[in-house]
Amino acid sequence: MNNLAFTTAEVFADCLENTAVNAPFETARAVATAAVADIEVTGLTKTFGGSVQVLRDIHFSIPSGQAVALIGHNGSGKSTLLRCCLRLIEPSAGTINLLNRPFSNLSGKALRNLRSQVGFIFQRHNLVPRLSALTNVLHGVQARKKGPFTWFHWMAAQKDREEAMLQLERVGLAHLALRRVNQLSGGESQRVAIARALMQQPKMVMADEPAASLDPVAGEEVMQLFLRCIKEEGLTLLFVSHNLEHALRYADRVIGLRGGKLELDAPASTLNLASLRKIYG
Amino acid sequence: MAESRKFTTFPASASIQVPPRFKRPTAIHTALVLGTIMVSIHAFHGTELGTMTVIELLEMPGNIGRLLGEMFPPSLATLPKIWPAVLQTLQMCLVGTVLGIACSIPLGFFAAKNLTPGRLPYFLSRSLLSLCRTIPDMVWAILFVIIVGLGPLAGMLTLLMDTLGFAGRFFAEAFEEVETEPHEALASIGATASGSFFSVTLPSAMPTCINTSLFSLERAVQSSVVLGLVGAGGIGMLLEEPMTWHQYQQATTVIITIFILLVAVEQASALLRKHVLN
Repeated sequence: MNNLAFTTAEVFADCLENTAVNAPFETARAVATAAVADIEVTGLTKTFGGSVQVLRDIHFSIPSGQAVALIGHNGSGKSTLLRCCLRLIEPSAGTINLLNRPFSNLSGKALRNLRSQVGFIFQRHNLVPRLSALTNVLHGVQARKKGPFTWFHWMAAQKDREEAMLQLERVGLAHLALRRVNQLSGGESQRVAIARALMQQPKMVMADEPAASLDPVAGEEVMQLFLRCIKEEGLTLLFVSHNLEHALRYADRVIGLRGGKLELDAPASTLNLASLRKIYG
Repeated sequence: MAESRKFTTFPASASIQVPPRFKRPTAIHTALVLGTIMVSIHAFHGTELGTMTVIELLEMPGNIGRLLGEMFPPSLATLPKIWPAVLQTLQMCLVGTVLGIACSIPLGFFAAKNLTPGRLPYFLSRSLLSLCRTIPDMVWAILFVIIVGLGPLAGMLTLLMDTLGFAGRFFAEAFEEVETEPHEALASIGATASGSFFSVTLPSAMPTCINTSLFSLERAVQSSVVLGLVGAGGIGMLLEEPMTWHQYQQATTVIITIFILLVAVEQASALLRKHVLN
């Protein structure tokens, strides 16, 4: 294990009997699994093209209501891990339990139903550029309803339109409801994406660097808004961030990846910027 | 006084090799160039252009002048028949194009690599689109005249097949070019394939689809003129009789009407395109 593990081990030295090297990792895992886990990943491995191993034997679980930051340098496998958790990328090996249900072998409707209970915020917003903010938010209702009345806001039920407007109001964009999203700024687009995720009425949210494509001010605003909404709803959160201050400030726990391996798993309260930087070393 | 700007000069070096301007042609290149020249000469002779005499060339301007003299002034006798024929042409084109586009959307879906549910539907839809495209309008028109008889129904069916082959392929390509990110978002929401298609693919491909549809309408109006000559309805049918009986003044009235019709449809299409896409 790396120096970082040793540093954090010192913090836990009083209460641990294990070797200092694996101590924080084991403790965080034990705390996580003791409560009801919203996601439990066991032995997750992802190999691209039969030879490039991006993720190696990843184990972690996140109890309900906990906010976890996932950090690591570029190419360490953070985004792949997040997508594997929702099977947007199919893992090569390992099992995933999502919201207390086995998720690894589901397909078709069962897979869609379980996915729909997890909101996903993408780095590049992933909105439909030519459609209005209101229609994009309304797409979130496809997590609960199917059919033509969820495709465009003008076809939707009044109740759903009102709910979508409420979500837009919540992210401060009700006045831009009918504006095409390709005419919005990066920060506004990410707010629309947050509103779409909330429209799903999810039990858990995953976010892949939600503030990465934004300037520092807009990024901070989006993160605060995002975290406020998550806290209000009491949702479980797993978010990827390169901003170590965000990780320390907004997460209860930090997970670190290096070269596709989980090298850090510790409560945020036991970490500081210097110790987090070591994962990039 | 402004200082003269100094440029860095590089001494000539024996180690730098400037590449030659042209490569020496290989035997295959030479054979290809010679073969192309020979085929072109053969084709030139095939069109009789190469065998024309100087006298025949000198007679051409005279023939053009004589034809123009017989064409003008346009005859007004055809006017009462023109408006019903224009109306029929527009109806035929509109219905043929709209039905063709309506059929092109599902066919485009199956012919798009990223959307098709399997290899068989992909192969069948691509083959059908190729068939519609490769058979010329005139052949479709003759076939439909035999099947449903003379008149606008045959013309409409011809334009439907023509639009299907043209628009179906463009729709499939537009669907393939849609960004994958919004699809990923809809997949993460748990949307169905149809939800993803109507929420992401169709709205994203809409500008291309609108452009293709309006261009299909323009093509249909152009094609309808020729279709009339084989009895498939529309304004083209009015050209058949005066051309056969050398009544060029009547033919001129029809040709001017066709020209006005084509320009009007093109302008209307451009206006509509600008309005819808903005």
